[in-house]
Amino acid sequence: MDRLLLIVSTLCFLAAVVRTIVALRAGIFRTGQFNFLAIGLGFIFQTAFLSIRGHALGRCPLTNLFEVFIFLAWSVALVYMLVGPAYRLSLMGAFTAPLVVLLQGFALIAPIDIRHPVKLPANPWLEFHASISIIAYGAFALACIAGVMYLVQERQLKTRQLHSIFYHLPPLTDLFAAITRLLWLGFGLYTLGIVSGFFTSRPLPRVQVVAAIGIWMLYAAILQGRHLRRLAPKRVAALCVIGFVAALTLLWGITFSAQTHPLP
Amino acid sequence: MNLFCVGLSHHTANVETRESFAGHAESDCILRRAGCAEALVLTTCNRVEVYGASEKRVSTDEIARCLAREIEKDAHQCAPAFYRYEGEKCVQHLFRVASGLDSMVVGETEILGQAKKAYESARASGAAGPWLHRLFQRAFHVAKQVRTRTEITRGSVSVGSVAVDLARKIFGQLSKRKVLVLGAGETSERTARALVSRGVTDLRVSNRSSDRARELAGLVGGQAIPFDDWRDECREIDILITSTSSEAPLLTPANLAPMLCDRIDRPLFIIDIAVPRDVDPRVNEMDGVYLYDIDSLQSVAEQSLALRRQQIAAAEAIIAEHVPDFVASISRGWNRVSRTAERPSIADSSLRALEL
Repeated sequence: MDRLLLIVSTLCFLAAVVRTIVALRAGIFRTGQFNFLAIGLGFIFQTAFLSIRGHALGRCPLTNLFEVFIFLAWSVALVYMLVGPAYRLSLMGAFTAPLVVLLQGFALIAPIDIRHPVKLPANPWLEFHASISIIAYGAFALACIAGVMYLVQERQLKTRQLHSIFYHLPPLTDLFAAITRLLWLGFGLYTLGIVSGFFTSRPLPRVQVVAAIGIWMLYAAILQGRHLRRLAPKRVAALCVIGFVAALTLLWGITFSAQTHPLP
Repeated sequence: MNLFCVGLSHHTANVETRESFAGHAESDCILRRAGCAEALVLTTCNRVEVYGASEKRVSTDEIARCLAREIEKDAHQCAPAFYRYEGEKCVQHLFRVASGLDSMVVGETEILGQAKKAYESARASGAAGPWLHRLFQRAFHVAKQVRTRTEITRGSVSVGSVAVDLARKIFGQLSKRKVLVLGAGETSERTARALVSRGVTDLRVSNRSSDRARELAGLVGGQAIPFDDWRDECREIDILITSTSSEAPLLTPANLAPMLCDRIDRPLFIIDIAVPRDVDPRVNEMDGVYLYDIDSLQSVAEQSLALRRQQIAAAEAIIAEHVPDFVASISRGWNRVSRTAERPSIADSSLRALEL
């Protein structure tokens, strides 16, 4: 039943992707409400899935790689829904949906939904640490998407080859403002996640801690460079993409090591 | 009742011929002289067309004579330039005209306003009755659908409007942006005016001749800056329009780099419309600098036009949906009128009834 909800959710996001591709191929892309509605519906099904899974587990559904991917996809959709009315109907939704489809599609296809025996009662600090960190990843994912949109538009402006998609992208300065806001949001949540990790009252693997602090420092450096005007917007946008790839790799690593040494 | 269109346009006649027939006959004049039940004259710089509804056939020559009579031109000489569409073809033609598909610049929207004005004028004079009312209302509806469901109006096709569109794509709202016009030529004046019309309020003008700078600043509501100070202004401004007659580039990566130090997070949009160019093309490679010279602007305009042309098929498909439907509905109207043997009144109440 819960997997069915997830399949329906993925189909909703897929509908947004297909519509965008068809429209872009025909050269008649319109930033209508369809994408927002499709993503909204997908988000409702995601929430229902996570809720059922959470009740079944008696804890936050972050016990294996499958659940982590779904939670991450849910966080991306959540931040997209919250990021502000200015971006809801813009092309950002069209860029968000493929990322969610990719995450959920992989989670559904790959044999990663392995149930681990629960040895200890749920630890609220650990759950808070994990969930808030993944929501931070959602904000970083959106910053990455905005970064890609920035780079696409920047390149078209530089090369003077303006395609149909160019006319639907938000202005460069607005996109950069969105990137900055998303970076601050993600950074704040990630800091909270790291700090809460130290309250879990159980030893954390040294490699994970070092890698997490490394990611934190990377985003701190991007924001510092932005604040001190040392980094041009184009570089900030590129670093958002690099940062998210690094963060995703770390998340994979953490979850993989957690599976080899399962958390209670 | 027969719907028809007789006219000439840039497709069939040169400007000399078109101006011989333009603006000399009003719709009521055609109505009176040619014996139509209803008539409407649509005159633009690219076309002169008469749309009419009549019980009996009104010849093309008769319409041409009506259009030309005021200047005593021999309409017969220009007869080959006239085209004629009747019934379904007439409906299709008007839908294409209103949607901008028949325009010289495909997708231009000015024609819709001109068609609306022509219709209002004909309706006010009583020359346009219920048949033309239905025809034109549907044409306006179809044109609106074409605009919203296709990208036929997307992008700008003139150098000035391309520059303004690009500025908006970089900066969003232009109201708080600072613009420097370097060199007070005609093209920079047009571009500056276009920016002012889109909300720019902080506009500075610098020219070797300070009198000309003051003159242009006065015309566009800007502020004249001494020519020696223009480099200092580059630290503050967001958009630079340059069109001086300098033989050597005024801006190079070497002299622009120090100006960009304090503004790394603020883009600089440079519109170089000078020939020879005022700005070294390598400036475009610098972070946050977007340089467009006259060829680049022209190229963007051509890309927009190509994009519009790609949309013609989609627009034609929308028109093809509406034409048979409209023809069928108007045929039903004619049959009803024939049965009651009443000629429809051109009073507003009838128009409303038919509109419903």
